[in-house]
Amino acid sequence: MADENWNPKIIAIICNWCSYAGADLAGGARIQYPPDIRAIRVMCTGRVDPLFIMKAFQDGADGMLISGCHFGDCHYLEGNYKCAKRMFLVKNVLKNIGLNDRRLRMTFVSASEGAKWGMVMEDVVKTVKELGPSPLSEYQK
Amino acid sequence: MAEAKEQPRIGVFICHCGTNIAGSLSIEEVKEYAKTLPGVVVAEEYQYMCSTPGQSIIVDSIKEHNLNGVVVAACSPRLHEPTFRIATQEGGLNKFRFEMANIRDQNSWVHMHDWEGATSKAKDQVRIAVAKARMLEDLEPKSVPVEHAALVVGGGVGGMQAALDLASAGIKTYLVEKNPTIGGRMSQLDKTFPTLDCSQCILTPKMVDVGRHPNIELMTYTEVENVEGYIGNFTITLRKKARGVLTPTEAEARGIVGGGCNGCGDCAEVCPVIKPNPFELGMAPRKAIYIYHPQVNPLLYTVDFDSCIKCGLCVTACGEEKKAIDLDMVDTFEQVKVGTCILAIGYDLIPIEGKKEWGYKRFDNVITGLEFERLICASGPTGGKLIRPSDGQIPKKIGFVLCAGSRDNTGGVAKPYCSRFCCMYSLKHAHQIMEKIPGAVPYLFYMDIRSFGKMYEEFYYRIQNEGAKFIRGRVANILEDPTSKNLTVYTEDTLLGRPLSLEMDMVVLAAAIQPKPEAERIRQMFGVSKSQDGWYLEAHPKLNPCGTTTAGIYLAGVCQGPKDIPDTVAQAEGAASAASIPIHIGEVQLEPYFAQCIEELCAGCGMCVNLCPYGALDLVERDGGRQVMEVTEAKCKGCGTCGGFCPGGAIKMQHFTSPQICAQIDAFLLEGGEQ
Repeated sequence: MADENWNPKIIAIICNWCSYAGADLAGGARIQYPPDIRAIRVMCTGRVDPLFIMKAFQDGADGMLISGCHFGDCHYLEGNYKCAKRMFLVKNVLKNIGLNDRRLRMTFVSASEGAKWGMVMEDVVKTVKELGPSPLSEYQK
Repeated sequence: MAEAKEQPRIGVFICHCGTNIAGSLSIEEVKEYAKTLPGVVVAEEYQYMCSTPGQSIIVDSIKEHNLNGVVVAACSPRLHEPTFRIATQEGGLNKFRFEMANIRDQNSWVHMHDWEGATSKAKDQVRIAVAKARMLEDLEPKSVPVEHAALVVGGGVGGMQAALDLASAGIKTYLVEKNPTIGGRMSQLDKTFPTLDCSQCILTPKMVDVGRHPNIELMTYTEVENVEGYIGNFTITLRKKARGVLTPTEAEARGIVGGGCNGCGDCAEVCPVIKPNPFELGMAPRKAIYIYHPQVNPLLYTVDFDSCIKCGLCVTACGEEKKAIDLDMVDTFEQVKVGTCILAIGYDLIPIEGKKEWGYKRFDNVITGLEFERLICASGPTGGKLIRPSDGQIPKKIGFVLCAGSRDNTGGVAKPYCSRFCCMYSLKHAHQIMEKIPGAVPYLFYMDIRSFGKMYEEFYYRIQNEGAKFIRGRVANILEDPTSKNLTVYTEDTLLGRPLSLEMDMVVLAAAIQPKPEAERIRQMFGVSKSQDGWYLEAHPKLNPCGTTTAGIYLAGVCQGPKDIPDTVAQAEGAASAASIPIHIGEVQLEPYFAQCIEELCAGCGMCVNLCPYGALDLVERDGGRQVMEVTEAKCKGCGTCGGFCPGGAIKMQHFTSPQICAQIDAFLLEGGEQ
């Protein structure tokens, strides 16, 4: 599984106000991280429908990251909190269909945490590389 | 959606950003790849897409190729989305027919040494953006009126300046201060550097102006309790803390004609409760009924209900005529409606006793810079006579420890940043003791003297010439002689390269500063982010230093980061200017990312109604008694929490619709395979 040259497909859905800004800050600070993650911007992690996650895994994603503001910092008061609650449910569903729930991660990165964004990127890629290709990605071939 | 589906005609415009992007990935490859994507009819590249010629390329291409969607692959939408939306509009399209691929901040800058990886990621990013652009719809921004009033939180020099500017621009301004008086930190200072102006002398005229200005409603002893709404329409709930004392106006409202507090002080004279005075940093006593300091504005006494024993002596002393004291007063709440808000809540000193090696609070003669200000101030506890706290003697050798907890990475209470004004006030302190105490010698233990402002360096030279001793080295330890209470300062003279110990009569710590404890609560109420060090985060450190990411909220003074008085006042004026713009325009455009209910799909379960943090959703009855959800657009902020949950997929989040997001996911994972 642990093929050195294998590039995992990881999709991130991140909120406009905290994590997207943090990711931009990481850019400004030239913090280097692996290029395996593609980000989709939404206004708030509250927007993340569990179906988006299921769809991504069905399409063959090897990993998925949802990243928003810290609790108490949500631009929309509590969207991140509601999203985090949904993540427990989705992780359970993933386990039930035989996917390792470590493929789905939720993190909280603020607009001033560029360095943390870089670490999250490193860590997510490392975790997914350890887990290897998603068993569901076979169906996409 | 129902009308005949138009064929997508997308233009992709790729920016080099000089070498910022072009230096780390192959623009040519991305461009050629973009041309192969479904729906793309033209792909162009340019050195700087945001420049006037760059934007012209977009405008011209829209017309020439009859485009109905624009994708720009460049920097972050947080930076240039507004620019390119205007270009899209100039080309004749609805400005929401635009999508951005962030191939700089989130690609070329973070994968600088991975040409292949970055190029491949850029292709994916363009593909994802094109997938969304294919599905974009025309949207109309919603215009809302702006309340012709502003709120300023914090009545220090920054808050006062901001309030004065707003009020002078014709805007009704509420100035909220939690202490019984305005004035803030600056009213605790004796002199200001480098001009040696008396702090109170230059501050009191401003305090008087604030008190007199017809457009300022000064609300002292008041705190912000709750914030609702958005730019243009904030509803602020204020807690007016029980002062225990009536103003003349309040007295009149109670039918006591000619009554109310006139500041005579008869009450404080008879009050039997004695507590430390926080304005004097605990170095002087204060009664339970008090004025905060001699120059308070408004001149009103205040009852400290935490220490008041309700003996009623003050009520008797106040007399039947004034009847100004009401010991049964309770907090009251008031709501104000404002269009914009400025936060200017200031700072605190760090608890420097946490740096145990310097012995603050253990050794009597180790004090902070702020305590020094009070001791040297004519209105201070000693009437301006600098004495040693241990024995009341006049100190002759005084050590100043600079960077006390600033520029210090050792953790604990220490802060890694420069507190920015301690070098200058320590120089000023040195000058003051040499001026006031004949034969006194100040010793300044410093790392670097940061005298960066106008006339600051000249002031530094002046203090050197006056005879202050400068020792370049951090103070490792301070020990006290138990009998004489003298202090021995252990340090290293790094210029001579040798350890040093010097006996001092007194040591002043130029303690670092930190955000106030209430900063966190206030920040969360107003929706303002914080920097890593806890100071409020500005919208852009260089280009928008007064704004925040929450529209309509602006920052002034130290709450955004350490700064001295000139910088605080300058930022306050900037914030006031920025905060007055939407008010003077009279309306703001909100991005139309509202939720919409697709009534055919809505089962009327009402889950979304409970989820909405703004109360924007309601269940309404349609023909035949069927319940469906209805959105009040004015209340909806577009977070999408309802849309992320709706089990029936009946909520459409404009500009972030489920089909659009699914198309983006598919575009990445299925390599552009059709959805």
